[in-house]
Amino acid sequence: MDIRLESISHSYGDTEVLRDINLEIPTGRIVCLVGPSGCGKSTLLRFIGGLERPSTGRVLQLGEQPEGCLNPLTYVFQDFALLPWRSVRGNISLVLEDHGIRGARAREITDDVLARTKLGDFAEALPRQLSGGMKQRVAIARALAVNPAVMLMDEPLSALDSQTRELLMDDLIALWTRQPFTAVYVTHNLAEAVRLGHQIIVLSRRPGSIREAVEIDKPLGERGYADPDLESTQRYLWELMREEARAADEELLDV
Amino acid sequence: MSDIAARSDPIEVRFRGGGFAPKSHRWVGFAVFVLLIALMEWGTRTGWISALTLPKPSDVLATFRELWDSGLLFKHLGPSLTRLVVGAALGASLGIGVGILIGLFSYVRAGLVPLVAAIFPVPKIALLPLFVIWFGIDEASKYALIAFGTFTPTVVATYGAVDNVDRSLIRMGQSFGLSWLSIVRKIVLPGAMPGILSGLRISLAIAIILLVAAEMLGAEYGIGAYILEAGSLYDLERLFAGVVILSLLGVLVSAAISLIEKRLLGWRS
Repeated sequence: MDIRLESISHSYGDTEVLRDINLEIPTGRIVCLVGPSGCGKSTLLRFIGGLERPSTGRVLQLGEQPEGCLNPLTYVFQDFALLPWRSVRGNISLVLEDHGIRGARAREITDDVLARTKLGDFAEALPRQLSGGMKQRVAIARALAVNPAVMLMDEPLSALDSQTRELLMDDLIALWTRQPFTAVYVTHNLAEAVRLGHQIIVLSRRPGSIREAVEIDKPLGERGYADPDLESTQRYLWELMREEARAADEELLDV
Repeated sequence: MSDIAARSDPIEVRFRGGGFAPKSHRWVGFAVFVLLIALMEWGTRTGWISALTLPKPSDVLATFRELWDSGLLFKHLGPSLTRLVVGAALGASLGIGVGILIGLFSYVRAGLVPLVAAIFPVPKIALLPLFVIWFGIDEASKYALIAFGTFTPTVVATYGAVDNVDRSLIRMGQSFGLSWLSIVRKIVLPGAMPGILSGLRISLAIAIILLVAAEMLGAEYGIGAYILEAGSLYDLERLFAGVVILSLLGVLVSAAISLIEKRLLGWRS
């Protein structure tokens, strides 16, 4: 299933945050959204999943959903958003219960996604017992359990330390290589963007608009840690953003 | 080593990170009780404290034993506990229900929060005559007084707890397409449970206070009636025996809530 964004603009009161965004997210590809802080990239992601409504413009789903898809547009949040009173298994079955999936069938699905995210041994653990990286793995497993058409990832690795981040990036690449998924990946970390993105969309400062779309042709599976091929792209992206990032940093927040 | 370091004697870094970390010292609380009672016993025995000021703790204990032996204790405790349980259960469950509605619906909030704020500071004891007119002099007016007194603090604690539920969890529920009822049942209620239970701790203490007030009017048996009768006769031993029973009741209620917290909130570490 593809996603199309048609001339999306948005303002909070008098503050214009997004201006005329047109974007197509094709099936089976990871599209990274990068931009200086406050450029509206997370807001845009909330529009795509229907958690917020843009002032003008619309988001369209094109084509068929995959088979057995319970929740076509599924988020992975920066703060994991796990229920602390439910075990790992309980957190995953939470999103199945409302679709009437219980008992053996739910167990089958949870076991499958836990195995895919290497969490098989931790099914009965509570979130507080898990490290940040493990928590995010649980959140990814939960997203996989509903078999989404598009994964909407809102800075999923930003709350983690840099080593855990590397590990999780490897895991995400392995997951994608096994079974390509469609994803919109919002991040402020350019190393993540060049590592995971088939396409990188650079947004400008507020009001956010698309400045440039950068394609990376090297297959995901062949990209590595501190990859020299990706370095030039990453440097190019940083040159694009540098001045705006500085300006965004020096901006007063209460405008 | 640099030149400067070689020139003077080393000074050990002083530890300054202590304190501000509560630790559990269970026995200290117990020791304070024992010490106070021992002091009272010693003071009354030597005459340093006059018999009119404080009763002898051993006499209070004797009174208590008498109460137990004569079976009067349960004759008083039975009706009191019934009143407490019925009144507090009514008030708390109504309070939790209304508190959740206030937390979930902004119209209910706009309508009821000022009302709750208006009745919260009213001393419920002052309303006792009114309750007697409304519900009669029997048990119903006592239930109503206790229920009314527990209702307001429970409402305030409950809607505060619902407000404090992590919004990102609710948003997560919405993003997975959970139904409104599922979000309330599986995310909002468990998330509000810690706040509701700590509110209940306060509400139930208030219920015990109001129990005595409720038994001021037309109660033959009950801890409150017993204390009031002893008080009007200046029978300090019996008065203290009654007070001790109330304190024990408070400790018991608090322990019961701790137990519920341990069962329901085990996930909090």
